[in-house]
Amino acid sequence: MFENFINQFWPATVDGISLGAIYALIALGYTMVYGVLRLINFAHSEIFMIGTIAALYAITTIGVSAPLAGISLIGMLVLLAAIGAVVSGSAAMALEYVAYRPLRRRGSSRLAALISAIGASIFLQQLFALLVIPKLFHRRQEGGRLPVQAPNWVQRGDVISIGDFVVRNDKLLIVVGAVLMMVVLDQVVRRTKLGRGIRATAQDAETAVLMGVNIDRIVTATFAIGGAMAGIAAALYLMRFESTDYFVGFLLGIKAFTAAVLGGIGNLRGALVGGFTLGLIELYGSALFGSEWRDVVAFSVLVLVLMFRPTGILGESLQRTRA
Amino acid sequence: MVSRTRDQIGSGLDGVRGLWARAPRSARWVVYLALVVGAVLLPSRSIGSFMTPESDWPTVLFYPIGIYILLAIGLNVVVGQAGLLDLGYVAFFAIGGYMMAVLGTKLHWDFWEILLVGVLASALSGVVLGAPTLRLRGDYLAIVTLGFGEIVRKIAENTDSIGGPRGIAGIPHPPTLSQFEIFGVRPLRYGVLDPRPYYYLLVALIVVVIIFAKRLENSRVGRAWAAIREDEDAAELMGVPTFRFKLAAFAIGASIGGATGVVWAGKVISIIPANFPFILSATILAAVVLGGSGNIPGVMLGAFLIAWLPERFRGLQDYRVLAFGAVLVLMMALRPEGLLPSRRRKAEFAEGGGGMGSLGAEVGSARAGEPAAVGQ
Repeated sequence: MFENFINQFWPATVDGISLGAIYALIALGYTMVYGVLRLINFAHSEIFMIGTIAALYAITTIGVSAPLAGISLIGMLVLLAAIGAVVSGSAAMALEYVAYRPLRRRGSSRLAALISAIGASIFLQQLFALLVIPKLFHRRQEGGRLPVQAPNWVQRGDVISIGDFVVRNDKLLIVVGAVLMMVVLDQVVRRTKLGRGIRATAQDAETAVLMGVNIDRIVTATFAIGGAMAGIAAALYLMRFESTDYFVGFLLGIKAFTAAVLGGIGNLRGALVGGFTLGLIELYGSALFGSEWRDVVAFSVLVLVLMFRPTGILGESLQRTRA
Repeated sequence: MVSRTRDQIGSGLDGVRGLWARAPRSARWVVYLALVVGAVLLPSRSIGSFMTPESDWPTVLFYPIGIYILLAIGLNVVVGQAGLLDLGYVAFFAIGGYMMAVLGTKLHWDFWEILLVGVLASALSGVVLGAPTLRLRGDYLAIVTLGFGEIVRKIAENTDSIGGPRGIAGIPHPPTLSQFEIFGVRPLRYGVLDPRPYYYLLVALIVVVIIFAKRLENSRVGRAWAAIREDEDAAELMGVPTFRFKLAAFAIGASIGGATGVVWAGKVISIIPANFPFILSATILAAVVLGGSGNIPGVMLGAFLIAWLPERFRGLQDYRVLAFGAVLVLMMALRPEGLLPSRRRKAEFAEGGGGMGSLGAEVGSARAGEPAAVGQ
């Protein structure tokens, strides 16, 4: 058991960090919406799924004659990330408008909002399985269930190779891209007027309204930003795994939410810490106990962390520490 | 337009509730009796040809309808009464099912013994899950219970001694109690072909559980749950040992889920881990909230609708799941307190409370111009 762990230590570390980066980007959407509305946006996983479909459709339409490498790979990745961000961001805004805004206007219970979120999640999954995926990729209807394959567009190669420590280019790009986006978002929330509005709303919505914050705009922007991050994560995911289906968001979404809780929900940097922690735990866990125990290890660690630190690793509120 | 539709849906159902609240005790007993007689006559062919023209009505009555109703009543104890959000309720159903499967096939225990042991085991698992996690509030509890549901399913999938992903086959039926026959049914003979005896067994269990849950609701325990649901801090300050009562709610909800699992496994012969997906937890939770969380007739109605509508519209195939999602969103926008909420819960919802607090109530309700109807 331990021998296996030692042998796989470096590969597991690299894979864990690159997986964790994707978790972290998706977790941002959960954590921002939670910070502002105190709502688990259950349909966020579907926003991610929509992003993967959009990026995959784009790469299929554009078409690549040979796998890309170097600058052209980065350029294509940026393009796909932009497409994913726009589509996912718009989908998230539409979702907020349809599924949450009516409830928010009425001051409904959060339980009702959660059910609405679950309903929206089921609806979007089925919509894509039955209508969108068959339409976009010219399949018979039942074909929506099968994973859609992207053309082989990434020329994989090792960038760093020191003994066991081997980093492939796509994994490196994922981490760099994710961390870059996190830094940008962190600065936006810290320095811009919009960011100040988001922080104010998260801290105390009532007072924020009294201070002239347009809360509807803030909520829309929060959903849009969270959605855009999920869209970027979708492009990175597609580079690594090259296929998607209508159900791809489910487990990733749960894991990303777990990462958000692990790091401290409502806390942007917590999402980063939580994402990397969860990614590493999963990969180390599967090195130790076998990959079929991966999810069990991840959720057990979540329970353990919450037992001893109920507000996550970095604590709950970014608002208070930075207000 | 939206609000008018909302009021129309509302006034009809609220009228029924008002009538019920004013009815004398004797009238209520007549209704109870009529309901039991109705439940006994329900699996008849003529009703079935209308209710589910495309599948066998008594089978559908057992699963999903009866099973969903029982699960919803159990989850209602946790979500509706104590106000704790459990997204992994299916875990207890799975534990009950696996108790029946393992003890029945390996140790050849009797169904009734397993029912008892299964109830105890799932209650224990509820305590094991609750003890470390019930100090967490709302959303943290939700994600931890969700994780627990996944853990239980994964463990079942990864443990070869209980069949791994292929599950367990050859689960014995409950022993036949008597061959006695009435109107062509042998209600106490649990065979392979006739689903009706299992349905009657489930009805009996549902009646017992309803009485149990109703008695609890009107007891000291029920009042403590209501206090915790409405304001946990206030309850604690008034001397309610909140942690103990929350744990009790978890254990009781879990034991009902476990009992359901045992009965279900007693009929279906074989079970696999894929029978217990997260979406089942979400569906049962949707049934509870859709029907009116906290109100037993309400959650039964919700569970019935959620189980029955997809079976009724089998012709539409996959689109029914799509419609299910849309209906959930629409219902929460139109009538978030559910179809048949209890009066108390309705007031809590109008206030924006109800266990988990409200969604931006400070800024939301003022704009909608609806004064909170509290304390009526």
